[in-house]
Amino acid sequence: MGEGKHIDPATGTETVGHEWDGIEELDTPMPRWWLLTLYATIVFAIGYTIYYPAWPMIGGATAGLSHWSSRDQLSAEMKSESARRKPLMLALAQIPVERLPDDSKLMHAAIQGGAAAFRVNCVQCHGSGAAGGKGYANLNDDDWLWGGDLKTIYQTIDHGVRFAPDPATRVSQMPAFGRDGLLPPAQIGDVAAYVMTLSGAARPGASAARGSLVFAATCAACHGADGKGNRLLGAPNLTDRIWLYGGDRETIVETLTNGRGGVMPAWGGRLDPATVKMLAAYVHSLGGGEKFVPDAEPQGEAQAEAGKVPAPVKQNASR
Amino acid sequence: MEAIFVRSLAWVALAAIALLMAAGAHDGAFAVHMTIFAIAGLIAAFAGAQGIAILRPTARDLAGRYDDQVVRWGVIATVFWGMVGFLVGLVIATQLAFPLLNFEPYLNFGRLRPLHTSAVIFAFGGNALLATSFYVVQRTGRVRLAFPSLARFVFWGYQLFIILAATGYVLGVTEAREYAEPEWYVDLWLTVVWVAYAAVFIATVVRRREPHIYVANWFYLAFIITIAVLHIVNNLAVPVSFLGSKSYSAFAGVQDALTQWWYGHNAVGFFLTAGFLAMMYYFVPKQAERPVYSYRLSIVHFWSLIFLYIWAGPHHLHYTALPDWAQTLGMVFSVMLWMPSWGGMINGLMTLNGAWDKIRTDPIIRMMVAALAFYGMSTFEGPMMSVKTVNSLSHYTNWTIGHVHSGALGWNGMITFAAIYYLVPRLWHRERLYSLRFVNWHFWLAVVGIALYASSMWVAGITQGLMWREYGADGYLVYSFADVVKAMHPYYVMRIGGGLLYFVGAILMVWNVWATILGKQRREAPLHQAAYDAAADRPLPAKVEG
Repeated sequence: MGEGKHIDPATGTETVGHEWDGIEELDTPMPRWWLLTLYATIVFAIGYTIYYPAWPMIGGATAGLSHWSSRDQLSAEMKSESARRKPLMLALAQIPVERLPDDSKLMHAAIQGGAAAFRVNCVQCHGSGAAGGKGYANLNDDDWLWGGDLKTIYQTIDHGVRFAPDPATRVSQMPAFGRDGLLPPAQIGDVAAYVMTLSGAARPGASAARGSLVFAATCAACHGADGKGNRLLGAPNLTDRIWLYGGDRETIVETLTNGRGGVMPAWGGRLDPATVKMLAAYVHSLGGGEKFVPDAEPQGEAQAEAGKVPAPVKQNASR
Repeated sequence: MEAIFVRSLAWVALAAIALLMAAGAHDGAFAVHMTIFAIAGLIAAFAGAQGIAILRPTARDLAGRYDDQVVRWGVIATVFWGMVGFLVGLVIATQLAFPLLNFEPYLNFGRLRPLHTSAVIFAFGGNALLATSFYVVQRTGRVRLAFPSLARFVFWGYQLFIILAATGYVLGVTEAREYAEPEWYVDLWLTVVWVAYAAVFIATVVRRREPHIYVANWFYLAFIITIAVLHIVNNLAVPVSFLGSKSYSAFAGVQDALTQWWYGHNAVGFFLTAGFLAMMYYFVPKQAERPVYSYRLSIVHFWSLIFLYIWAGPHHLHYTALPDWAQTLGMVFSVMLWMPSWGGMINGLMTLNGAWDKIRTDPIIRMMVAALAFYGMSTFEGPMMSVKTVNSLSHYTNWTIGHVHSGALGWNGMITFAAIYYLVPRLWHRERLYSLRFVNWHFWLAVVGIALYASSMWVAGITQGLMWREYGADGYLVYSFADVVKAMHPYYVMRIGGGLLYFVGAILMVWNVWATILGKQRREAPLHQAAYDAAADRPLPAKVEG
């Protein structure tokens, strides 16, 4: 080493004297700022490891001067947040859901909390804008299958729809008129034609006239003679232009042939009652929320609690 | 002649065993892989019996000072696998923006993503390291490659590993370990190949006719030895059956996670940093025709880099089940890694002292400088992101993707392109490249592509992180997960544009390399019309940097 040393003319620095395949190395000292920054990061690292848990020992790691731990920090943050929310959650637990609108501050808080819970639990089916999709109800409109006042929405979320594990779940069943041979295909076509006239999607004709007779005999029991539906049975209103599965002729024939029976889980078993109340408040606030009418209460509740909503066909068909 | 016959017989025997294993395989993927093994064995037997003319060394190879046949294959493999890797990257970027383009089951994002990462890291990067290490170690040791047959086995064995890994991903075979997805039997094969690689390289270093080992070879050695250790420990696993493709890790729970990220981080540290620094240490001084800036800096930054890197893995597991003390150490070792990483950048950039004008006149030097600049950026960004406060925002977001790609596209890609442009005329004994203007176009397409890619992912990542942690006044999260996914869409589309530019640049490289190999020279005007004025080109005085 050293025999090949010479001054590099371009930089004025001496080389180390090595040479490999024409490559030489200069004997430039390390840049001072580089060295000082390296030392500074080392000093920072030592200080940080003294303050925070760092060095593994035989019986466990050093706790550091701070005795900090990520678990402690999380539980402290959760504790302070739940303490902050305690009065609100207590008030929510106590207030009957239909009385929520009386306390506008509480109602506002419930809607905010419900929106957050909705984003976690409901968007998978109902969409992040709650607009639903085919088979999943749009919650923004004022067309309700089971009812749109706070108490009814709460009941629907709490016990679900056609959710077998919950005895108090909402139950009804649109029969599979075609598949089960209850109506011949020609009559199903007639009924579809008639149903389309109800919402003004098609003009009345001979087929629809034949269908109206079948409708009166077979469908009116649930959907009503005027086709306006029945919320006690979750039977949709057929006279509007809002469709859960689709209002074109093909889809209506499919519905009549195979029946329908969507399922929503009972959220009461997964979320605490205050959260379900908040969800009800949020869904109610989306645009179609109806005013709670005390008169409607006894009938609806009695039926829901008994779990014996009259259903034309066996319950398990949809599961 | 007898030795050749025995060797071929051994390959046939191995192929027969592989065929038997394929016949008794418990799953289709294993049968496919054993069949590939068998075919490879038969090809090896045929090639070993001198059956394939182009695999035989040329007279020039045998008479020449150095054994460059494997290096030439390696350069072609680098270019080929690079294009595969870039293309698959473009495909999965498009799939993220337009999910309809997922074709089940073989071509969905989940299977193509490891194909992309492995293709660019191990196939493109790995072949570049293999080829350049064999080139550099011979020249800086003034000695021919040790064990020439073994060196050829290393190259072809490594290509077999790549094919097994790639087909495995598409068939759904995976250990689900990041950057180490291939299953146990592929891991065993890679171990054999890697040990052979270490043997060839180390023996060549030992036989050198130079008193000292050049700094590039320190880095190649660190890369080869550490990758061997990382690969073996991370892939310790118990196969469910010796005739099936499934295995279970030897580690469980958080220990498994830490082993995985100790490996994953050092795959970056020793494969993509140490290995590519080795390339930089040879090709930058050669292309610039300048001495390395500082011998002392190279010693200190080498040892500090390899000592510190190996401890930094836990920063991938901040705020997880990993104990706090391990997270602390992962963070501080990463912070201390900043200057050792920058040592390489300084030594590379300052080697241009006295030749800065070449950035203007030589597009290959310009590529090298851009590579070093991106290297400096990502090795600052890395320690910054390892700080827990920053990490709590950046973790799991596209920021990480942006960080990785500014390093991969900027540093690894650009330094490899530069090395390829340096090597191709020399390896094929051509007077010059087909076109320097193509190199210039490649440079600008790549730089703009990277800028578009990295900046869109930075913005996407920070947006994502901020949206995830956004709380309303009432203490509830403001956005649903799907809201955040939706917000990513424009950035995903922008990223496709960045990737496309980078890919188009690489196509120019394929053209350029191919035409150079064929011996063509493009008739083109010189890149710089301005007359060179030596008097105006004053080098910086050394004192300023000191």
